[in-house]
Amino acid sequence: MKVVVCVKQIPDPAIPGELNPETNTLARDDKLILDESDSYGVEMALQLVEAAGGGEVSLVSMAPRSETSGLRTALAMGADDAVLISDDALAGSDALGTAKVLGAAIGELSADLVLAGVESSDGYTGTVPEMVAGVMGLPSVTFAKHIEIADGVANVQRQTEAGYDQVECALPAVVSVTAGVVEPRYPSFKGIMAAKKKPVAEKDLAALGIDQASVGTAGARQETVEVTDAPEREAGEIITDEGDAHQNIVEFLAELKVI
Amino acid sequence: MTLAQILLFAEGDADGASGLTLELATKARDLADTVTAFAPAHGDAMAADLGAHGVSTVYALEGLGEGLIGVHAAAALAGHIEATSPDAVFFGQTTDGRDTAARLAVLADRPVSTNNVGAEIVDGGLVTEEPIFGGTQNIFTAYRAPAPALAMFRPKSFEAEPSGGGAAAVESVAAVDPGEAGRATVTGRHAEERSGPQLDDAAVVVSGGRGLGQPEAYSMVDELAGLLGAASGASRAIVDAGWVPYAKQVGQTGKVVKPSVYIACGISGATQHLVGMKGSKNIVAINKDPEAPIFGVADLGIVGDVHKVMPALIEALKSR
Repeated sequence: MKVVVCVKQIPDPAIPGELNPETNTLARDDKLILDESDSYGVEMALQLVEAAGGGEVSLVSMAPRSETSGLRTALAMGADDAVLISDDALAGSDALGTAKVLGAAIGELSADLVLAGVESSDGYTGTVPEMVAGVMGLPSVTFAKHIEIADGVANVQRQTEAGYDQVECALPAVVSVTAGVVEPRYPSFKGIMAAKKKPVAEKDLAALGIDQASVGTAGARQETVEVTDAPEREAGEIITDEGDAHQNIVEFLAELKVI
Repeated sequence: MTLAQILLFAEGDADGASGLTLELATKARDLADTVTAFAPAHGDAMAADLGAHGVSTVYALEGLGEGLIGVHAAAALAGHIEATSPDAVFFGQTTDGRDTAARLAVLADRPVSTNNVGAEIVDGGLVTEEPIFGGTQNIFTAYRAPAPALAMFRPKSFEAEPSGGGAAAVESVAAVDPGEAGRATVTGRHAEERSGPQLDDAAVVVSGGRGLGQPEAYSMVDELAGLLGAASGASRAIVDAGWVPYAKQVGQTGKVVKPSVYIACGISGATQHLVGMKGSKNIVAINKDPEAPIFGVADLGIVGDVHKVMPALIEALKSR
């Protein structure tokens, strides 16, 4: 079985984000890392291939400046190889532009199953996996919390507002995986060393046959007209508990007539 | 200045339209002369609610069967927007809303504006407002692609207000075969048990996080919620850890709540969580770390051990 996992390399979420003052898009000038949301997709892929008795896990990522740091992390977890799409013309791409690029790259890989995180931690539109399926003309099951594959059919528990739906889908298909449903493995030292030698094929837009005008800022067809600071909440009262702080809560609730 | 027509992607159940759908209907009628709705399911059941909130016509998709909503709704919507030329299509930021908007974006080759909390019409075009960096800044974006503009909105961004209209007219829309892309089918539906006040509309919410230490300690959250007639919620950390079901998750990837009182117990206040609850009218936080970001939004913050403060609070409320 061949599983392709979409992974995003993002600015470290521990460092406060900034907008590029010229383009008003997220600044991505520093080193990028593997989005934690995608580590669940990578782990799920590794587990499904193990359960199938063997196969291959390939990564596909779109990132500026030939960035591979995040890809190496996923390769160290156990993925076999990666395709990186990097092209200056991709700056400013929105979800649809990203999906056009990922879809074209995945289309060259003959995947049985395409996995992705539900949403990235920086853009969190939650639309790219479904758009990739749309671009590729494949069925999709989003918000998966459990996946089983048997006889070329995926059985997926799809999270809903009320609980979950059991969904059946013949492969190939795109499935997006919710955070927390598997425990992503830590790369071993051996894995990290091996990852350095694993193949990463880099491609640009021309190699994928994509028109520059359909992606990047031009393809996004949206214009930032204003960025404002949100009003902050007024600072409240902070009390250190010395055994009776619960009384302050009782008084507060009584004042609000909750009790 | 208003648009001529906004089409609303309407969601609900046999009891009527969802709260989010009615919030969007209310906003849409401020922005457009005519508001219509496209219902992938329950079109008839929602007609009264939608009409009462200003929707003139509900286009009800027929023949969805056990197919997934996103791909089938988008296939029908692509033809429907060609035929009816709305200026914008509004979606709620739900699972099916996201799927449908994403599929439609590909079919119609239109960008989708996501995670919005506001909208206005400027120079005849749609401008949407999205909070970024955990809600510390807002970014306003003008849609520059050909109509219709596709825009998705977060729950509780607008107040739902009836306009006093009668039931909306219902017209059938035939299903369109999405081909191979439509082959996923739902073989079973599982609803988690729901009892007591619901997170979406409770006046008081008590939530627990990693600071509770262990899954068993969540019973304190339930007990406190019970005493206050509140709904119980959770941070993503303990949902990911499997302590409580996803339905309880408050935050960016969970529910957005705006209760009159929100009590955060052992929650540090990651951005992910704050965006789901900082619209609460009053916020109480209990956390042992005085540097926890949750204290930045709390009206009353208790720096202390939840294992001491919560039992004492529960006892005090019981003895009242």
